[in-house]
Amino acid sequence: MDSEEALDRLPVAVRDLTVAYRDTPVLWDVDVSMPEGKMIAIVGPNGAGKSTLIKSILNLVPLTSGNVTIYGKTYKAQRSMVGYVPQRGSVDWDFPTTTLDVVQMGMYGKLGWIRRPGKRERDVALECLEKVGMASYANRQISQLSGGQQQRVFLARALAQDAQIYFMDEPFAGVDATTERAIVDIMRELRESGKTLVVVHHNLETVPEYFDWVILLNVRVIASGPVEEVFTREAIQKAYGGRMTFLPDSVGEPSGPLRRAESLGD
Amino acid sequence: MNAEQTILLTGVFAASSCALVGSFLVLRKMAMMADAISHAILPGLVLAYFLANGPNLVFGVLGASLAGLTTVFLVEGLQRTGRVKSDAAIGIVFPALFALGTFMISRYFANVHLDADAVLFGEIAFAPFDRLIVAGVDYGSQPMIVLGAITVLNLALILFFYKELKVATFDPGLAAAIGFSPVMLHYGLMTAVSMTTVGAFSAVGAILVVALMIVPAATAYLLTDRLALMIGLSVGSGVVSAVSGYYLAVLIDVSISGMMTVTAGALFGLAALFSPSHGLVARAIRRSKLRERFAADLLVMHLSHHRTAAETFDSLAAELNWSPSWLERVVNRSTQEDTIQVESEAVRLTDNGRLAADRIAASLEPAR
Amino acid sequence: MLDLLHDVIFDYTLRNVALGSALLGIVGGVLGSFAVLRRQGLLGDALAHTALPGICLAFMLTGLRTPLVLMAGAAITGWIGTLIIIKVVQDTRISEDSALGIVLSVFFGIGIVLLTYIQQSNNANQAGLDRYLFGQAATLVQSHVITMAVLGGAALLCVALLFKEFKLLSFDPEFAASIGFPVGKLNVLLTSLIVIAVVIGLQTVGVVLMAAMLVGPAAAARQWTNRLSVMLGLAALFGAAAGVSGAMISVTASRLPTGPMVILCMTAIVIVSLLFAPERGLVWDAVRQRSSRRRILQGGPG
Repeated sequence: MDSEEALDRLPVAVRDLTVAYRDTPVLWDVDVSMPEGKMIAIVGPNGAGKSTLIKSILNLVPLTSGNVTIYGKTYKAQRSMVGYVPQRGSVDWDFPTTTLDVVQMGMYGKLGWIRRPGKRERDVALECLEKVGMASYANRQISQLSGGQQQRVFLARALAQDAQIYFMDEPFAGVDATTERAIVDIMRELRESGKTLVVVHHNLETVPEYFDWVILLNVRVIASGPVEEVFTREAIQKAYGGRMTFLPDSVGEPSGPLRRAESLGD
Repeated sequence: MNAEQTILLTGVFAASSCALVGSFLVLRKMAMMADAISHAILPGLVLAYFLANGPNLVFGVLGASLAGLTTVFLVEGLQRTGRVKSDAAIGIVFPALFALGTFMISRYFANVHLDADAVLFGEIAFAPFDRLIVAGVDYGSQPMIVLGAITVLNLALILFFYKELKVATFDPGLAAAIGFSPVMLHYGLMTAVSMTTVGAFSAVGAILVVALMIVPAATAYLLTDRLALMIGLSVGSGVVSAVSGYYLAVLIDVSISGMMTVTAGALFGLAALFSPSHGLVARAIRRSKLRERFAADLLVMHLSHHRTAAETFDSLAAELNWSPSWLERVVNRSTQEDTIQVESEAVRLTDNGRLAADRIAASLEPAR
Repeated sequence: MLDLLHDVIFDYTLRNVALGSALLGIVGGVLGSFAVLRRQGLLGDALAHTALPGICLAFMLTGLRTPLVLMAGAAITGWIGTLIIIKVVQDTRISEDSALGIVLSVFFGIGIVLLTYIQQSNNANQAGLDRYLFGQAATLVQSHVITMAVLGGAALLCVALLFKEFKLLSFDPEFAASIGFPVGKLNVLLTSLIVIAVVIGLQTVGVVLMAAMLVGPAAAARQWTNRLSVMLGLAALFGAAAGVSGAMISVTASRLPTGPMVILCMTAIVIVSLLFAPERGLVWDAVRQRSSRRRILQGGPG
């Protein structure tokens, strides 16, 4: 068990977490610690509870049991340290609003009640759009954006939250290669400045290339730790059950001929 | 046949014909489309009245069916443009058509027997006086005969196309693959809905037609998982609503069609609360049992997961984030099941509990 | 035309009618925009129908026909109906669509029963409750308009103050919850404001067609702009225009109920917007398609 002091230095500590939807367990007695300044992948088959893990850390779903702490305190107390990139498909992109406006939403929490975003927020939002290479789209209606562009806008919104820890739910789902590259670059930049990134990830192939740390999840935690130590053939097989028929021969080698877990699951 | 029998039989036919098509509307999640159709056929009726120079059964049915199909086309077409979402499309189309109908009535037919109130909630009490007279021969109450005929027609349609409707409702992809056109069935059903609405219109009015289509079918859906039984139950509860609604209405001297709706609503309320399979009460009981079962499993798993010898009540409550009273309940249950034992405030697994933990762990893998 | 303008300013009845219908259009347009963006357009329909038993019960309990009393009754049953819909959808296998239809029609049936009960109990004061079915703008008096203005003004003030919160709530409720917005409470507040918008319109437009005053202005406004604030303004403008013109036609031409006239004016605005709004207009789509087809034809095969 971690000492109290160690807990204070952990960006995220999950203890004895159980979450159930309609009384079927989605997460079962999960214990996991996420170290500071790392890019952390949450990997597992469909229905493994990956998004639910993020949502329970963010206090978005009720917990059946257990605790979550962010730097030793409750999420409620540490909310301003957290940035969130939900799944792109979770919103209606035909909503009447502009790219810049969506990015400004990242600052609503800090603005407080009633106050409207002003010049300062506008400048910050533009800066964040610049970082994701979308500055020239600031005044576009969001329905005119491609999938990759939408994902970048969501990322920019999270950047505008100016957080210590970022949670991202499948940021690479359905984006083009250029966008994927751009997102990874930004993530690395964030890591260099000491931020922690927790990413629900689908593509086993790119885990060793992108991430430092991996959490293999299938309702329970199968393995958790540095990629080179825990991202083994055995652990992957355990997480994906018998459905992982084409196992990579070269787990741990970025160039290995890994297949997409997504197409093999289900 | 006396007036009361006529009214009752008219109500029974209205309820049956509506319930027959209603089952499919509920299953296909098209209840609000039926609401839209029931409002939107008004201009069709008015136009038919105008063309036929008075009330005319054939023109009325044709005009209203046409208006009903037009509604479906307009709503679906509007949705397809991508400019508005489906709920907004319905919310634009049917008020427009209904408003057009009421406008036509008040502008051109203000003095004839076709007023908007009657369109809204009908007057089944007039059914005995509205005679079907062909070539001078009085065949009886027109609404009763028309609704009787529509009931037979709907029944025949369902019997004849039962398999097709069933497949198209539960698996449109499969239906298309094996050669039934879901589109044809969709429009066929919508035509039947429109015709039934016209028939039931004069008896119960536009909004209460919707009640008779949706409410008994939803009641039945809460009681069974089998389509044939669901159709039967929805006709049954529709008929019960119609008959009991009639007597209640007569008793306290209020709108008959309104009371039929209220009784249908009451039956739905009963089913929603007390249905043994899908009712709220049964569900709540099942849930709380499951919740305790689940918590007991969780406790066993937790103790086996943390291999420390034993844990105190306080540490368990803190780790699991459970209230002391809930923890006590779960601990009591697990003690009875002989998976844990409590010795001087310390909780530990029994041998039996360790086996149980392995069993639970095994059942979790692989997920789904 | 000038005569009418003169009358609107100086004629007591016409002035009340114009103000009342403008108010309902503005409030309905603004709150309807949120309803439409949250795909709750049909909830407005259910709400309006569930108001009928509330109006009747309020009258039966108090014997009063004061708009504030009737509106309070309407709002209460409206809320009860909404809660039933939420409960049925959450905890039974009935779909949202059927739940709306059930609550709408059963509450309306209760309303009809109560209405006929009041009528046969021969209360001398009962006359006029049935005008709530289709609306009768001509019956608006100054005190009604003042009540509507206070309620509507309060609702609009809420929207103005909480604009950014409601925007985020409608666009991305999960993100809103993650940054600490009390999403549940905001939902309740926004739904309550929609209830207010509905009850304000009942006397003028009636329960049957009120839903269209939520959906129509919003759907039309959405075609002209890509900004929420502009959309709210335009929806208010369209709602007011339809309300006032419909009410004027109804009051000046005898025997035409107000509700249908307002909705017909609204429908005209919706049709024009769908067809001719810049960028989103369907006509421009057709033109673009035709010119691109011509380009292909002129460019020859390949």
